[in-house]
Amino acid sequence: MASKPYDTTFLTTVGKKIVMAITGLFLVIFVVEHMLGNLFFLVGADAYNEYSHKLLSLGPLLWAIEIVLLAAFVFHAFYGISITLYNKSARPEKYKQLRSAGKPSRKTISSTTMIYTGLILLIFLVIHLKSFKYGTYYSTVVNGVEMRDLHRLMVEKFSTPLYTFGYVAVMILLGFHLRHGFWSAFQSLGANHPRYSAGIYTLGVFIAIILAIGFVAVPLWIYFTQ
Amino acid sequence: MKNMTLKLLIWRQKDANSPGEMVPYTVENVSPHMSFLEMLDVLNEKIIKEGGDPIEFDNDCREGICGMCSLVINGIPHGTQHRTATCQLHMRHFKDGDTITIEPFRAKPFPVIKDLAVDRSAFDRIIAKGGYISVNTGSAPDANSIPISKEAADLAMDAAECIGCGACVAACPNASAALFVGAKISQYTFLPQGKPEAKRRALRMIEQMDAEGFGNCSNHGECEAVCPKEISILNIARMRREFLKAAIR
Ligand code: SF4
Ligand code: FES
Repeated sequence: MASKPYDTTFLTTVGKKIVMAITGLFLVIFVVEHMLGNLFFLVGADAYNEYSHKLLSLGPLLWAIEIVLLAAFVFHAFYGISITLYNKSARPEKYKQLRSAGKPSRKTISSTTMIYTGLILLIFLVIHLKSFKYGTYYSTVVNGVEMRDLHRLMVEKFSTPLYTFGYVAVMILLGFHLRHGFWSAFQSLGANHPRYSAGIYTLGVFIAIILAIGFVAVPLWIYFTQ
Repeated sequence: MKNMTLKLLIWRQKDANSPGEMVPYTVENVSPHMSFLEMLDVLNEKIIKEGGDPIEFDNDCREGICGMCSLVINGIPHGTQHRTATCQLHMRHFKDGDTITIEPFRAKPFPVIKDLAVDRSAFDRIIAKGGYISVNTGSAPDANSIPISKEAADLAMDAAECIGCGACVAACPNASAALFVGAKISQYTFLPQGKPEAKRRALRMIEQMDAEGFGNCSNHGECEAVCPKEISILNIARMRREFLKAAIR
């Protein structure tokens, strides 16, 4: 093969999807962790604040994780958008009529709306960081230690209907995104086998549902009980 | 079953550079035993008799083995009948009075030549980049002198069944050729003769697939559902493994 002055592996259609898959799976690990962390809220105000305080006091380790996360988000979003635009150009003349041929196709509302759910999640992320990570700083004292009172901020945010139901809606979209995204990542990495493919697909659906439920539980609980 | 009268909506396009449109036709006396292409033959005979320009469509073997026939019938490449090429689709699957829409396979790398015939030579250029082995395989006894397990032979045959029709591209929302290229790379991965050139084959065929302008595979799996040979998307996963093996040296 004629050698290129730079490595083109991740500029090929196959390579781009490998980047999408690796960054995507990394983000899945992150959201699972985030969802589980949120559940501390249901344990109590102090437990929740102490949990977030522990995370915040990780210092340099936290920064490292945040940088990798940011990179994963940026690459995932950038490649996702560029792939979608390219794919549109691969069929300039549209069909008058095109429909799904049915099974074994895995084309679903989830798989065909990845770009839209993805873009909404991207906008959500910015708003979300602004409201919480860079939101109002309340402080509290738990067991003699001064720390950020995120519990109070949560209660404040999720007492307004717009914020609560907007959040709930976006989390349901996250579920849709992952329903296709999870198994698709494995397929993009070549990790598919007749024995496991059905299992991976089902696991993806399961993770999508659990995540969506886990994420909407706390805001709804706050909205209706606090 | 008695003969049918059908309404057809067919894409007509003079040549690659002219705009096309859907044109309505009525075809009478269609026997349910006819194949879809024979039904179009009947229509073309009528058009020719009336002094019109017959509808151009691709076909060759009419036995489901050559990969020349195409057509998107009622929104599905090769029609609603699973595991069936257009030439093997019979009119008994339609009802008297049905309206059937017929469009060409659509993708930037498959430009329309005329009406329903598209230029699929992009596939040939991909094959020319590595869809072969560069040795003289000799005659049949030589081939039998290398033992190959039943499993490997079966998997290689499953992939080699691809007839290169391009329905996978036509059905893909992204016009990706991943299933075709996946099958053509996969078929060699199980056989000793395919091993020496495996890395070069994967990289070069994928490079050519991209150069032709096919889209990225988003794993919708619509390709497998329309493939007349039931080529599985496991072959796409295998292509990606071959690519990773070749890229990480
Ligand atoms: S993979 Fe199937 S649909 Fe695609 S070219 Fe081969 S036979 Fe046709
Ligand atoms: S005409 Fe040969 S496969 Fe249909």
